[in-house]
Amino acid sequence: MMEILSHLIDGFAIAVQPMNLGLIIFGCALGLFIGAMPGLGSVNGVAILLPMTFLVPPASAIIFLAAIYYGAMYGGAISSIMLGIPGASTAVATTFDGRPLAMQGLADRALVAAATASFVGGTISVILFTMFAPPLADVALAFGAPEEFALMMLAFGTFIGLGGDDIPKTFFSIFIGLVLSAVGLDIVSGEPRLIFGGIPGFMHGVNFLVLAIGIYGIGEMLWTIESSRGKLNVSQATVSVSRILSCLKDLKSTIKSMVMGSFLGYFVGILPAAGATPGSLMSYGVAKTLSKDPDSFGKGNVEGVVAPEAANNAASTGSMLPMLTLGIPGSPTTAILLGGMVIWGLEPGPRLFVDNQDFVWALIASLYAANLFAVLINIAFIPMFIWVLRLPFTMLVPIIFILCVVGGYAPTQDMHDVWLMFGFGVVGYLMRKLDYPMAPAVLAIVLGPLAETSMRQSLLMSHGTFSIFFERPVAGPIMVVAIVLFLLPLIKMIKDRIKKPAEGTDA
Amino acid sequence: MKIAKAAGAAALAVALLTSASLSSLAQAADWKPRKPVEFVIMAGPGGGADKMARLMQTIVEKHDLSSRPLIPVNKPGGSGAEALVYLKQKTGDDHVIMVTLNSFYTTPLRQAALDVDISTYTPVARMAEDTFLLWVHNDSGITTVDEFVTAAKQQGKEWKMAGTGRAQEDELLTRFLNKTYSLDINYVPFKGGGAVAKQLAGKHVNSTVNNPSEALGFYEAGTVRALASFTPERLPLFPDTPTFKELGVDHSYFMQRSVVGAPGMSPEAAAFYQGVFRKVYESPEWQDYMKKKSLRGDFLTGDALMEYWINGRALHQQMLKDIGDL
Amino acid sequence: MRRAELAMAVVLAVFSCYLMWKSSELPIGWIPDRGPGPGAFPFWLAAGMLACCGWIILRWFRGVGPLVKSEEAYMDRHALTQFLLGAGSLGVMIGLIHVIGVYGSVPLFLIFYMRVLGGHTWLKTGTIAILTPVITFLFFELALKITLPKGFTEPMFYPIYDLVY
Repeated sequence: MMEILSHLIDGFAIAVQPMNLGLIIFGCALGLFIGAMPGLGSVNGVAILLPMTFLVPPASAIIFLAAIYYGAMYGGAISSIMLGIPGASTAVATTFDGRPLAMQGLADRALVAAATASFVGGTISVILFTMFAPPLADVALAFGAPEEFALMMLAFGTFIGLGGDDIPKTFFSIFIGLVLSAVGLDIVSGEPRLIFGGIPGFMHGVNFLVLAIGIYGIGEMLWTIESSRGKLNVSQATVSVSRILSCLKDLKSTIKSMVMGSFLGYFVGILPAAGATPGSLMSYGVAKTLSKDPDSFGKGNVEGVVAPEAANNAASTGSMLPMLTLGIPGSPTTAILLGGMVIWGLEPGPRLFVDNQDFVWALIASLYAANLFAVLINIAFIPMFIWVLRLPFTMLVPIIFILCVVGGYAPTQDMHDVWLMFGFGVVGYLMRKLDYPMAPAVLAIVLGPLAETSMRQSLLMSHGTFSIFFERPVAGPIMVVAIVLFLLPLIKMIKDRIKKPAEGTDA
Repeated sequence: MKIAKAAGAAALAVALLTSASLSSLAQAADWKPRKPVEFVIMAGPGGGADKMARLMQTIVEKHDLSSRPLIPVNKPGGSGAEALVYLKQKTGDDHVIMVTLNSFYTTPLRQAALDVDISTYTPVARMAEDTFLLWVHNDSGITTVDEFVTAAKQQGKEWKMAGTGRAQEDELLTRFLNKTYSLDINYVPFKGGGAVAKQLAGKHVNSTVNNPSEALGFYEAGTVRALASFTPERLPLFPDTPTFKELGVDHSYFMQRSVVGAPGMSPEAAAFYQGVFRKVYESPEWQDYMKKKSLRGDFLTGDALMEYWINGRALHQQMLKDIGDL
Repeated sequence: MRRAELAMAVVLAVFSCYLMWKSSELPIGWIPDRGPGPGAFPFWLAAGMLACCGWIILRWFRGVGPLVKSEEAYMDRHALTQFLLGAGSLGVMIGLIHVIGVYGSVPLFLIFYMRVLGGHTWLKTGTIAILTPVITFLFFELALKITLPKGFTEPMFYPIYDLVY
């Protein structure tokens, strides 16, 4: 313990050097804006700024990149809440309650809640990281393909109740999301699938962002244009220092969800390949289940913002763990960070904590610092974001559309994806009018590939027998819990039917 | 017929192109990119090819080798099919280059519908060749290839090998081991070299044929052990690890790390990029990286690189035929 | 809404069938020793989509379900105009990107939307129409190094590149 503390103090000595501190602040602010743009996430920020960092020594460079990473994770919540467009897959769960809050004129409340929760999640996870990095690395190693599949089932299980009231339409939405996730190259067989006449654009699959920006950015915006009848602003919002302070006070009651989200997010985050998205979804699902008032979720419950935000920030710290200790990236962003470390001649892996102690502890210290500055910068910018929301509708709409188009283009730099996004937007709008819920499709496209690949890899290992999912010591229990979660709504439904058989057949 | 004609024309074009680029070096020095150069990466972010491309980009920027930046664009779709088709669409474009690996050979062979002929592409530079070794977990107690063969024979199809992709480098090597030692190894594909290394370190599989760069971390920590290398001579980083050649099985296999230009690139532009990447190759950063990651291979360009590709394609055609994939 | 509900379900059912047909180009069955074939996952999920559509259609004919009795128009005149203007202008803008690039079509789209639909003053419209592409260029091309499509306007940017790089 004392040893850790003294390392940490050494680390802080490096992190608070004027240049490094400056890089942390600049990185957080830059990351915040990159994350707030729909379509751009921490991956873009980190990847593109990589070559810029050769100007500074490795420790400063990785500190800068980590600051961007953190800033972008905070920023992801901003477009989710204000525009209802998740800027990254990790922020999808934040839209469920963040968007309704913004529509009710409580955008500031949601933004403050998101920032605070991110801070709590980030802090708890960095502390966990500091104390238990090496033992947790073994946990990450114990996760093979069967365990990953079990975890995905658990993630599906936790959000099974998140859909709309219309059962066939909810299922349709899940199925179409999963089918879209199958487009592109099948890793297990090496065959291209569903590329519709060999169109090259389909070979890289249907990107989550293309679907999410299409549906939430374009589809929802078309819906708002229609239903507002040209009069309303996107939302009425005001902001003042006293309001922000009172928001902070109100958050006391949600502390339980924050802590739960932080732990859950962190542990899911350290598992390679999982990353922050399943973590934030599971956290949302658990918060809803544990809540005294589960029906208010999805209609603007602050806990529904707090839980996933705490989880996704905790998970992004968590995903650094397998990268540093095992050399295995837990998310695309850490994959790029990993590349950066290799460029600077550092070897991530089991030896890093022994051979490059200065570097590791400087990074950990900078995570503490980046977290603190990110929350301060975020709250400082809230009035500006609120001001943007108050722009007249006919000004905001074209700007959002332009953001969508550019954001849809940026990740792959392919116009094919922009057209696809436009198509999803129009179809999404037409389906939205008939009450097809869209969130299940968006979540399914994120989790689908992970679930399918890990299942088929496991079956290859076991020569086609399913018992592999139940026999293994880690996969087995997770799988059982997942199955119970799947059965819960069914049991509840049957119970309800027995109780009041007179009521409607399809509700 | 059409293909033969196209190949003929392409060969002619390449010959003209390279001879022109040699004879007019002075003139070529005048050409400079007018706009940012698209630097297509034939793989997803975070993989081996991606890391190397970003390192090259970093070196170019650091030494100010190009008047316009290289903009990395990942096009991982269809084992590189997307990137190859994209470059073909950009025929004659002087501002598109691509980092490539062995799927440059296998993808056009396996997906004939793409109608891609790699001999039409503009050779820029071969930056390195990555090597392959056979790895097992240290706890398995296996220390030699003989012991490996005995253990794998005993377990039959329960012996699992993790690798990246289907019908690509790792599976080709696995099939080779199966054939040579009459084994029945079960090959399970994963998404990248890092994931593969982790499967072995976590004991979810029994062996891998990782590149040194992918397994190095676990090797240094004493988690995994290299049994033999698929190289003609021992690797400086693994002086105690024998080669398969020493063990009486002469099989060398490498992963190319090359840079290729769009088909029909102007000779002046090709000469410019060849010059840039020669400087990258000679930079201390690149040399240091090659040493650390146990990469080998001289700088190749122009005709010599095209010849290398033609040979590589023939080799892979044979290998794919051998495993019944063509 | 009634007719739209049925029409949408039928259209989606047809789409599901198309996806099933496309998926079945790859093996959809169980491969002994290896698990499901590469086409199985999309095929059976598309079959699930079809089943959901079948469910919706069936309950429509039985006269149950939330939208079956709704006599509200799916798209009234106002909705249709708004939809065509919004989606149409967006589609035209994306199409124009191929020809005149982002920096040509973005100002045109802004002028159309703000001036023609929104009735903002020329001063306001002009300021936004000029500022947006400039900020976009600085943020994407300069800071993030993402080049946006420019169509035939590409050569006009050479002097700018000379200036900034």
